Amino acid sequence: MSRLGYIGLFIAGLFILAAIFAPFIATHDIAAQNLEMRYFPPSAEHWFGTDALGRDVFSRVIYGARISLEVGITVVVVSAIFGTVIGAIAGFYGGFVDKFLSGYIFNVFLAFPGLLLAIALVAFLGTGQGKLIAALCIIGWVGYARVMRGQVLKVREYDYVLAARALGASNMRILFTHILPNAVQPLIVQASLGMAGAVLSEASLSFLGLGIPPPAPSWGTMIDEARQMFSSSPHVLFFPGVAIAMTVLAFNFIGDGLREYLDPKQRAR
Amino acid sequence: MKYKLLNFARQLALMLLVIWTVVSLVTLLIEAVPGDPAMVILGENATQEQIENFRVKHGLDRPAFFFTYSAEGGFVWNGVHNRYAEYWVGLLQGDLGRSFQTDRPVASMIFERYPSTIKLAIAAMLVAIGIALPLGVLAGSRKGSLIDNGASVFALMGISLPTFVVGPFLVYIFAVNLGWFSPTGSFYPEDIILPAVTLGAALSAILTRMVRSSVIEELGEDYVRTARAKGVSERNVLYKHVLKNGLIPVVTILGLQLGVLLAGAIITEKIFNWQGLGLLLLEDGIGKRDYRLVQGCVLVISVTFILANALTDFVYRKLDPRIRLS
Repeated sequence: MSRLGYIGLFIAGLFILAAIFAPFIATHDIAAQNLEMRYFPPSAEHWFGTDALGRDVFSRVIYGARISLEVGITVVVVSAIFGTVIGAIAGFYGGFVDKFLSGYIFNVFLAFPGLLLAIALVAFLGTGQGKLIAALCIIGWVGYARVMRGQVLKVREYDYVLAARALGASNMRILFTHILPNAVQPLIVQASLGMAGAVLSEASLSFLGLGIPPPAPSWGTMIDEARQMFSSSPHVLFFPGVAIAMTVLAFNFIGDGLREYLDPKQRAR
Repeated sequence: MKYKLLNFARQLALMLLVIWTVVSLVTLLIEAVPGDPAMVILGENATQEQIENFRVKHGLDRPAFFFTYSAEGGFVWNGVHNRYAEYWVGLLQGDLGRSFQTDRPVASMIFERYPSTIKLAIAAMLVAIGIALPLGVLAGSRKGSLIDNGASVFALMGISLPTFVVGPFLVYIFAVNLGWFSPTGSFYPEDIILPAVTLGAALSAILTRMVRSSVIEELGEDYVRTARAKGVSERNVLYKHVLKNGLIPVVTILGLQLGVLLAGAIITEKIFNWQGLGLLLLEDGIGKRDYRLVQGCVLVISVTFILANALTDFVYRKLDPRIRLS
């Protein structure tokens, strides 16, 4: 894998560790308000300074990693499983099933631009972490389904699949032992890019006030709250901003690194 | 010719089917709103009469769909006087209903704001193309060089940096410190620059990668080897052969990204207080629980996106003879 891929793995690893060990790393109580200490700049006591309510920004950024990664991982796992199954069905059975799924259902979900469907769902259904995750899965699964369908369509025609069929292998056996292993690589790439997308979407929705409601320390919410006093206290926005950018960048690095590594055409040159 | 026409008809039918589904989804999603919209809008102090008037006026007293289903009663046919059918009848006449809050027609509220969002999206796209095309070609034709690595890092940064982080920093530097632009809103023509750069940054990154990998892929094709063997200069190979073919997938991405821009505009409009469709959806629609307005905004943005995609598809087919024939 490329050097950037390893850098990505390293950064993502740091954030995952931060999320797991947040209670041990955080220096202050994330909910503790101190109105006499509003917008304090970074200091030895408050490494990243304090926010509008005098809360410790460093501790909130660390706990924010928990929310981000929790949402990201759940969204990726659920949409990957769902998308893979649907994509496999479409690609493997072909014909009418494929026409209905990839020609109609996929197109309907792709007809909503990115965040808009999530915004619409949250606007009508209400906010909260569970609903946010559901909304992101609803927009996320199609990506996996398309990748999987494409792979299945490609692999299905290979001679070894024909050979397996001639030997009397069942559809399920062909799907699981011959097609799926060959389709896993692009799915992993899709998953790491999807992780970056999910983290970004969660932050975006929270920034819009449609994600995880305050006082939970979601990075997006923190940035939204920090905008008012940005010109006098940029640190309150800077640190969660860097945290989002680093996390998204890390997963994009991983996805890119894997893609190049797994694609012999790009590696050879 | 006959085949072409048939294909066109099939594309059109699919598009209409998708639009129908999108409209239906948005129309029916409003039914999932927890609680009674009339109560939510009018507040707890509203009289029974006010609530009743509101419900009649906005059609909330009619059934939601052609039929209802309940465990006890089974399927009950509600007839054609239902909200779903009425919304469609209005829609076909360009009527998106009346705002729950202001009582103005939703369609006119939306089309007041629509031009400024489209203006922003197009400006952002121009910014993105202006950055991505030269950078992507440079990076792709010198794979592994310093420029290439620099472009890759730029691209990944652009994708990873959220607009709501980029935007405030641009405002801080160029509006607050340097005073070149208004920090929010649009008072002068040049005030579109900061929002356009903010919104276009991610797209420029995606496009740069796309152009780069497209150029690299085309450079490995046999026709490039043939051209080189014939003694065509490297410059002509790049601009006459590679770029012509390499830009085809880029056009697709550009069309598909228009929707991402429209959705991203919601965030950008919030940062810059840009009075477009996004802010209308966010503040007047979702913020004031004006579900009729939310419905209209989501619908208009989605349909714009679908039409832009159809247009992209059309252009794509025109550009690439391989797709035209198959």
